[in-house]
Amino acid sequence: MTGNGSGDTLAEARDLIGKEQYHEVGEFPVERGYVWTSCASVENGNPLYWDDEVAEALTGGPVAPPSMVSVWFRPHHWAPGRIEEALPLQVHFDLKALFGLPEAVMTDNTIEFHTPVRMGDVLRTHQVLRSVSDEKTTKLGTGRFWVIDVVYANQEGELVAVEFYTGFGYRREVAS
Amino acid sequence: MSVAAVAQLLLEDVNVGDELPTLDYEVTATTVVLGALATRDWRPMHHDKDFAVHRNGTQDIFLNTPNQAAWFERYLTDWSGPRGRLARVTFRMKGSVFPGDTMSLTGVVESTEVDEVGCGFASVAVTLSVDGDTKTTCAARIALPRTGEDNPWARRGDQWRPSPTHP
Repeated sequence: MTGNGSGDTLAEARDLIGKEQYHEVGEFPVERGYVWTSCASVENGNPLYWDDEVAEALTGGPVAPPSMVSVWFRPHHWAPGRIEEALPLQVHFDLKALFGLPEAVMTDNTIEFHTPVRMGDVLRTHQVLRSVSDEKTTKLGTGRFWVIDVVYANQEGELVAVEFYTGFGYRREVAS
Repeated sequence: MSVAAVAQLLLEDVNVGDELPTLDYEVTATTVVLGALATRDWRPMHHDKDFAVHRNGTQDIFLNTPNQAAWFERYLTDWSGPRGRLARVTFRMKGSVFPGDTMSLTGVVESTEVDEVGCGFASVAVTLSVDGDTKTTCAARIALPRTGEDNPWARRGDQWRPSPTHP
């Protein structure tokens, strides 16, 4: 296993900073049925999502609630021929493995919303590592913080949203 | 429904320190499962109590994060009206929400501003709590119209700046 946090390992991780990784395309076009299912799950009666006249006047036609952006990338529970499931935030799991850190938490998650998502859009995404910290010790243990961006765009290449995740991969302190 | 008939909050109606109306909601197993499926989250801790208890060590299935995001969005746009356009949210998860809990969403306006391109925004601190214990916080920035004719959704390209220039 790698993961001793040596200078080479850190250099390998930092070499990935700023590089686009894990380009993916959504498995299905954005559709209104799922928008209504989502709104129903939280009893969201915003007429922008239920009333065609309001949607036409405000957004030039139906749009999806911004908070649904990651929904369009979660794979079906089953699909013909698929043998393994891609992990969301694969860069996070790659860093855990690279540094040999058995535990990890997300300390916060920010989403910035840009061009509205419209029915029929087929969204695409990629991940970008932004930073990896030096080794730090917190009450959870000793490890490293990293910041990962997940970038979402539509089929025209317009930026739809960016998620910023701060992760902390760590090893629990051994009780003395 | 005509747009004119829809209640809409304007930026000028909002002041720092304003409290949003509290939303109380009794969470059931259906709430959790419906939320998980609506966000295409098939992981068993959000629908299988045996898995949640025996594998995750939690007391029950619990609300997933993307569905909580949908709850926060609904809470904010219930307040703002449909021209309210969510710009940016930051979540911090502190605890889980289970069936049987009554979750309360509360919010307070922390600041308002008009940015360099004339778009009005309110920053709102939203808290999801159960019996007074904070479970999730959400720092939200939402665009609000400045006049009855203004519509933040009409902004495109450089005219839409979801993050403050100097955070």
